Amino acid sequence: MTQVWDTLPQVLIDGLTLGAIYAIIALGYTMVYGILELINFAHGEIFMAGAFIGTAVLIGLTGLGWVAVMPAIFILLLVLVITGGLTGMLGMGIERLAYRPLRKASKLITLITAIGVSFLLQDIVRFITETQQNNYIVNTPSLFPGSLSISGLNIRYSFLVVIIVAILMMVALEFFVNRTKWGLAMRAVAQDQDTASLMSVNVNKVISVTFFVGSALGGATGVLFAIHYGTIDPYIGFILGLKAFTAAVLGGIGNIRGAMAGGMLLGLLEMFAAANLSAITAGLLSSEYKDVFAFAILILVLIFRPEGLFGRAAIEKV
Amino acid sequence: MKKILDQIRGNKWLQLGLLVGYIALTSLSLILAQRSVAAFLLLLLSFLLLYYTKLPNWSKWAIGLAIMFFILPFSAMQGPAYQEYMDVATLVGIYVSMALGLNIVVGMAGLLDLGFVAFFAVGAYTYGIFATAQANNFMPFGTYPLSGNSFWIFIILGCFVAALFGVLLGIPVLRVKGDYLAIVTLGFGEIIRIVFNNMDQPVNITNGALGLSSIAPPKIFGIELLYSNQIYFVVLFILLFIIFAVRSLEHSKLGRSWKAVRENEIAAQAMGIPLVKTKLMAFAIGASFSGMMGVVFAAKQAFIDPTSFTLLQSINILVMVLLGGMGSVPGVILGAAVVTILNAQVLNELTMWFNSLSTAGIITLPDAMSPVKMQRFFFGALLILFALYRSKGLIPAKNVVYDKRKFLSEKGTKKRLQSVAAPKEDEHDHTGS
Repeated sequence: MTQVWDTLPQVLIDGLTLGAIYAIIALGYTMVYGILELINFAHGEIFMAGAFIGTAVLIGLTGLGWVAVMPAIFILLLVLVITGGLTGMLGMGIERLAYRPLRKASKLITLITAIGVSFLLQDIVRFITETQQNNYIVNTPSLFPGSLSISGLNIRYSFLVVIIVAILMMVALEFFVNRTKWGLAMRAVAQDQDTASLMSVNVNKVISVTFFVGSALGGATGVLFAIHYGTIDPYIGFILGLKAFTAAVLGGIGNIRGAMAGGMLLGLLEMFAAANLSAITAGLLSSEYKDVFAFAILILVLIFRPEGLFGRAAIEKV
Repeated sequence: MKKILDQIRGNKWLQLGLLVGYIALTSLSLILAQRSVAAFLLLLLSFLLLYYTKLPNWSKWAIGLAIMFFILPFSAMQGPAYQEYMDVATLVGIYVSMALGLNIVVGMAGLLDLGFVAFFAVGAYTYGIFATAQANNFMPFGTYPLSGNSFWIFIILGCFVAALFGVLLGIPVLRVKGDYLAIVTLGFGEIIRIVFNNMDQPVNITNGALGLSSIAPPKIFGIELLYSNQIYFVVLFILLFIIFAVRSLEHSKLGRSWKAVRENEIAAQAMGIPLVKTKLMAFAIGASFSGMMGVVFAAKQAFIDPTSFTLLQSINILVMVLLGGMGSVPGVILGAAVVTILNAQVLNELTMWFNSLSTAGIITLPDAMSPVKMQRFFFGALLILFALYRSKGLIPAKNVVYDKRKFLSEKGTKKRLQSVAAPKEDEHDHTGS
């Protein structure tokens, strides 16, 4: 038990970082699901693409000598904006080419297409990276090196950056969805596409904007991930995306605040499990089981409370 | 030209003649040019041609069996690449069986299962653990490894254990629907893999990431089946059994219930179809095929580790089903064969070809783009293209067309009534398989 207490502060810090990343990716899933009722499997890959694009931009800026002279915050903002724009376009393009023609098709087919897109993106990123540097595992140059040390507790500067940027992005999204005209249109389309289109809402455009916003956030999160963890490869997106989806389900899919809370909760739980699972079970389960833990949560939530912790149960009408 | 084609389409004797000529030609060219993969593939293509001929069913089967049992092994036997060809043929058999299993779950019952490879893993580990010294670590009685004679029992055992896992997964999972089901099965597949990867402590059951090596090869009448050309026949027998089972299930009461559940759950329920039982049967039967082939796979490879059972494999099988046509048995067989051959042979050949081109200095292809590494790219592209432009697959599923005149004619009515009067027999039929 003492070990649990001793590790708790570090677990909280690591958990919050991971949780913030889950939360923003979960937002992308939840927004798309809220509108199209589609699990956009490719969203995890957009996050991964964001990490790679961000790293490339960062390396490019270092080459130009900008990183050395300008404040790191400015560089970070620049990278975030460029990456967010590019991944947003990527998400919009995917929607236009792969999902829109299938909007009337059966769900099974759309889901299979989403998996296809995700595989395609993984491989495209892999071979672009590999042709560039013969190896698909990339080290991101660290933008915020060093760490604070408070009474034995190790707080990296990049942790603060991740948390602050993540919170800013979430606040901005809340504002966008609840206070702007586009947000209003999005909520209307999510409620009822046909009625919304009768109210002169351009449904296709709203869906495009949703994909843009979700993917831009996902790509920006990729940058944060790359800066904080330092190593990226083309396959980080799938499992991480899956866990973010778990977070979205945990918070009630289609529910934006729920996704934020679900992400934080899942990140904390996972880090807690990773640190303490073997101590709690007296060595029976190693910390390798932390992924099992996340999936088990997903399965349990889906089975017993499919509307999520904060969602309302939908009644199926025949 | 059109006239000739029409003539061929109409005349089945002409078709037979052409087919026999084609088979003779391709097998001869395989005998003469052993290194030619093209000849081997063209010979395999004869199965597709056979499917499209208008011959009666029994003679199609007779010709097909003759090719599988005699012509293919014989014409491949003459040269050094024999084991290689037989290895590919064995793999095709294994994957066709798995794809047929997944086809029941996804194609017929409409339940998207993204963790299907888990059942394959369960089958493979069932045999792998007991056919190596691994089982000594936790079994209180008996001495291990079991000899290769036990392989035959383990095929049936693997089938049942996998079916059990199918039901165990199914019971909780069937409360969720559609895309949630896909996610949950995906999670289940990952859980099984991670558990197998970590079950080396506290008790060493699966030997963790190191995997199980030197698994006992199957043994029959004192002969050890070590080579692919021997395993090939084992796979062939199981495959024929599976095709037979699927064929008879497809039009049985259960098969029709699956399709009804796929089309509309609520309507199916209103027609008196027990939803839970029907779905569980789909999971169990689909899983059992995979489990059987898992046992064969473990025996064939003599080595298994958790990396053989990743999500990529599950998607791989899904591509086979989608490519062939969801719900269509001949389609899925074709899809599985195409994908497996693409994976096991064509990509390798292409890579070698590109390599030889680049050493000759004609074109230079970066190593990152060698076709073997582009597996995910090809699968992803295939999934998207087929979903967008041909979502029914290469050979779309055909439903038996309801012939009204036949039904109304007296003879038809009598037959119909008989089958309605004796549904028990029908039900008995499919629970056995």
